[in-house]
Amino acid sequence: MTTLAVPHTGPRVSATRIIGRTLLLSFLVCLGIVVAYPLLWMALNGFKDNEQIFGTPFSLPRHFSWANYVNAWNHGVRSYVITSLLVTISSGICTVLISAWTAFGLTRTHLPGRPFILALVLGGLMLSPTVALIPLVQMFQGLGLYNSDWALIILYTAFRVPFTTFLIRAYMIDLPAELDEAATIDGATDSQRFWRVILPMCRPIIISCIILHVLFAWNEYIFAMVFTSGSDTTTLPVGLALLMARHSTNYAEVFAAMTISALPIVVVFFATQRYFVRGLAEGIGK
Amino acid sequence: MKAAGSRAIGKGAGVGRTDASTGRLRGRAREAFRQCFSFRWVAAAVIVLVWFVYFPVVDNFIISTTRSDIYTGDVSYVGLGNYSRLLHDKVVWSALWNNCAYAVISVIFQVFGAFILAGIIESLRSDFWRRFWRALYFVPSAISLTVTGLLFYFIYQPQIGILDAVMRATGLGALIQPWLGSEHTAIYAIIAMSQWQGFGYSTLLFAVAIQKIPGEIFDAARIDGIGPIRRIISITWPLTREMTGLMILVTITGAFQVFNEVMVMTGGGPNNASQVLGTWVYQQGFIQDDFGYGAAIASVVFVATMLTGAAHLWYTKRGRVSW
Repeated sequence: MTTLAVPHTGPRVSATRIIGRTLLLSFLVCLGIVVAYPLLWMALNGFKDNEQIFGTPFSLPRHFSWANYVNAWNHGVRSYVITSLLVTISSGICTVLISAWTAFGLTRTHLPGRPFILALVLGGLMLSPTVALIPLVQMFQGLGLYNSDWALIILYTAFRVPFTTFLIRAYMIDLPAELDEAATIDGATDSQRFWRVILPMCRPIIISCIILHVLFAWNEYIFAMVFTSGSDTTTLPVGLALLMARHSTNYAEVFAAMTISALPIVVVFFATQRYFVRGLAEGIGK
Repeated sequence: MKAAGSRAIGKGAGVGRTDASTGRLRGRAREAFRQCFSFRWVAAAVIVLVWFVYFPVVDNFIISTTRSDIYTGDVSYVGLGNYSRLLHDKVVWSALWNNCAYAVISVIFQVFGAFILAGIIESLRSDFWRRFWRALYFVPSAISLTVTGLLFYFIYQPQIGILDAVMRATGLGALIQPWLGSEHTAIYAIIAMSQWQGFGYSTLLFAVAIQKIPGEIFDAARIDGIGPIRRIISITWPLTREMTGLMILVTITGAFQVFNEVMVMTGGGPNNASQVLGTWVYQQGFIQDDFGYGAAIASVVFVATMLTGAAHLWYTKRGRVSW
């Protein structure tokens, strides 16, 4: 009985396994097409003219003309990109610096009341921009910062410090205490310990935090929309929506502007993917 | 006691002792000062958070009990007036429903779906393809919701959109709807876009969590003849429980803060059918200039987020699986 069964199950198992693997792979490929095709369609539509967009939505552009991309760039996208760059870089530096200081204070000094401060910082994770929106507008109008780059830099920093501190702290807490002891014996002050010993060792998580912050700040919408109204302070996401409202008939140009907005961040992601995943693995997986 | 004893020993020794103890006292004061001085490391975060995050949230509740006159700018106290108005506002209820639909569908696709997908990807043998699929699926999450929202606005469009064309080509033409133009489908069309945009992010996080499970556990299971599906159910699922809990928390709280995609794709229309709490706060607070009522709607978002957070605390307290 058993001797007969063995030769029978052998081939059957491998057959189901092959079918299973084929199904899984075709599922992955189909999902990949669903993800990639719309993005490809967007970039290609930027090369078409309106007639082609309406007439032959699936075909390749008849001739690759950069005209839409150039027009979109000149019709405001350039200034949106500059504002977005400025806000993203400034708020990124502020966020990562403040978070690294805080993580250092929370993990590597004898700060009194640490649990309380930790709760205060991480509690910020649960508070959303929506809830603070109306009071913040009144506050920034009072401060005279409404409709300025400063408003966005401050707000992006304030609302991202909790998450960034959470990640850096999880990483710092695992660095051995001997590091601090050795540095202190060598006569290092607290600041030297931070800048020369601990911060360099946190490089992987710092890089992940910068990437995560760039993803956030480059794409943020609600604050950027509510706190700015002039063209000098409009970031890319808000500018795109404006462009859509203004040039709603020239679809090709809108597609080009969308592609210009999406491309840098996709390039950043692919270029830094390795650090990004490693940082997340070390920071979040705890 | 000890100090008295030492003083009794002799004058010379006593003097030396006092010197040492004042020195120690000074040392302790310096140590206490040093400890308080290390507050400077966290000062920036504390100031920024209290000023720009905590204070506004508290202020929101104060504003929600007032009513400001648009024309004269006078602010008057109305107590819970805005909240009782909230209960009778049909749009608030439909917005709340839309947020809940958002949460449920997102948990299904971006937590459970992403978990299964991550399990499939991590079961691949080739390291290159694992990285390839993770990266490809993540790409929409890197792009702003404004871009993906506008992109799907076009995809759903009847004339130039590719969705209707694909449906006609595959014989599903009868099911075509005015996706964003109908009160019944608008919010679901937006939710569908959001799943497309967000599933890669949670897949990546789950993949990271699965990688952290020691390989020996899987090897042992494989030697014991446990199949791939069984391995996912009995090993991967319980051992990534913490990540699942975190993902559910993030997904649900995120669902109650939805704003960008709705604003870009429908602006809450048609006929307020796709309003969510976030866009209704904006509509009431900034378009109608009714700060008090907008703040009251924002309080609903606050309560929903806090309830989710409390549920998550309860879930994680129920014990964790470790290895």
